[in-house]
Amino acid sequence: MREKASSGKPKMNQKTKHALIAYLFLLPAIVILIVFTYYPIIYGVVLGFYDYNMIKTLDNGNLAPPVFVGIKNFLKIFKDPYFYQALKNSFLYLIVVPFIQLLSILMAMAMNSNIRGKTFFRTAYYIPVITSIVVVGIVWQWIFATDGAMNFILNKFLHIIPFVHAGSISMHWLTDKNIALFSVMFVTLWQGLGYYMVLYLAGLQSINQEFEEAARIDGASRFQVFISITLPLLKPSIALCSIISCISALKVFGEIYVMTQGGPEHGTLTMVYYIFGKAFNEFNMGYASALALVLAVFVGAISYINIRFFREGGLKYY
Amino acid sequence: MKTVKRILSYTGLIFLALFLTGPFIWMIFVAFKSSGNVFKIADLKDFLPFPATFSNFIQVMKDVPLIPQFLLNTIWICFWGVFLELLIASLAAYPLARLEFPGRNFIFAAMLATLMLPAQANMIVNFITIRKLGLFDTYLSIFLPSLVSVFGIFLMRQAYIVIPRELEDAARIDGCGELGIWYRIMLPLTRPSMATLAIFSFVSYWNTFMWPLVILKHEAKYPLAVGLSYLSNMFASNFRAVAAGSVLSMVPIIIVFVIMQRHFIKGIMAGSIK
Repeated sequence: MREKASSGKPKMNQKTKHALIAYLFLLPAIVILIVFTYYPIIYGVVLGFYDYNMIKTLDNGNLAPPVFVGIKNFLKIFKDPYFYQALKNSFLYLIVVPFIQLLSILMAMAMNSNIRGKTFFRTAYYIPVITSIVVVGIVWQWIFATDGAMNFILNKFLHIIPFVHAGSISMHWLTDKNIALFSVMFVTLWQGLGYYMVLYLAGLQSINQEFEEAARIDGASRFQVFISITLPLLKPSIALCSIISCISALKVFGEIYVMTQGGPEHGTLTMVYYIFGKAFNEFNMGYASALALVLAVFVGAISYINIRFFREGGLKYY
Repeated sequence: MKTVKRILSYTGLIFLALFLTGPFIWMIFVAFKSSGNVFKIADLKDFLPFPATFSNFIQVMKDVPLIPQFLLNTIWICFWGVFLELLIASLAAYPLARLEFPGRNFIFAAMLATLMLPAQANMIVNFITIRKLGLFDTYLSIFLPSLVSVFGIFLMRQAYIVIPRELEDAARIDGCGELGIWYRIMLPLTRPSMATLAIFSFVSYWNTFMWPLVILKHEAKYPLAVGLSYLSNMFASNFRAVAAGSVLSMVPIIIVFVIMQRHFIKGIMAGSIK
């Protein structure tokens, strides 16, 4: 590199010109990234140590500037009962992860097998994914109404089971504080299946068929092949999907906003919903930033655990 | 035995398809139905769209003039969002793929690192920034912070990399500048990747919800997703209007998805393999 640079002035100019052109191409992207992605990361951390209420006015009528308060926001968080409620609900939300993984792996395997109408099924399964969470939330709000479709269907079909009488099911899916969170989780599961199915399909298609065929020839059953060949080889996909779905479970918002608004009695209050309220209803930006920092720490920890968990074990003998 | 198994697996697949699309089918029925209540289901017949009328659909649009407005807003936001996102990504990816310059690897790594952050993490500071820039309650503020798609830059970079050097050299000999090479040689050859990016970008702007909810003040500026949630909160009893709006908001997405499915699936797979 150094030799080239010293071999003459015109060449150096040429190089500078090339770099200039390159940076001109990159300019719009870099400017927007700095202003709306990198700067918010830094200022978001800083803001966590400030008291900043955007609508608070001073005596002279001006808006109050941020005031440094040290770790006061964090001390307040650890005494805040709503924080614990939100944290508990956000962690409970992780229950959705294993279910979504298992079901979407099975769906991907079905789509990867020799069936007709693959395109049709794949399209149908993917429609909830591309639909706005608002539309999804609205229709499930109807379905979950106490006199609504879910209870009706359960009554219609479940009374063939002994001890379940026709018309006896009247669950308050979204209005019972102990049930609502699970109802919303069900909607998240329902909407996400198609997405993870496609991710797993990508994983399955990258697996060399020969391993499975060899095992089948050696007399392994379909189930054995699935457990000891397919699953271990699918591990990179499982790791990826597990990380993505954990993160999206921890930052769930749309479903909650549309269907329950954090209620009843904070039964569906999750971290992002709580932060949202603090930031954009109360305009308490300092406290909201501190909460967001705490959430970021948990998200980081969960991702780290995921990576560690999936790094160990696996198919080491092929 | 084999036929039994086949029938069973097809039954399962069809049941799953019904489970995942049924709610939407019902929503379409509601939009065309002229009586009944979505919150009260007493009979299987209550699910069916009878008595059905199409005029009901139009009536609903007349009664709630906000719905056509929401639709126009969404189209406007999508148009600019998709166009600018494609432009920025295809510009930025070009030097990252084809030019030698100091800091290239660092910039690319710094871009990829942002993929690990949840986008919502920036919302609080971006809200403050947008207000300070005087862009609060404008259409521009909806797409401006998300115009750089790192996934898009990654995708476009992959597409540029495989273009043969000879094409570029030939253009250079003919006296083409970098901008000319990018516009005349590179862009036409990366159309499939641009299509993939366009679909992803379209779907995400079409459905964008949380950010516009924060950054817009006037209902008349709402995109469909925010507008529908507003309507369903304000006029829960007018569920036919909400259903009509929802159906309107779904139709373009489903059409685009069905037509361009191949690009879509390819994009997800490209993103997952990395």
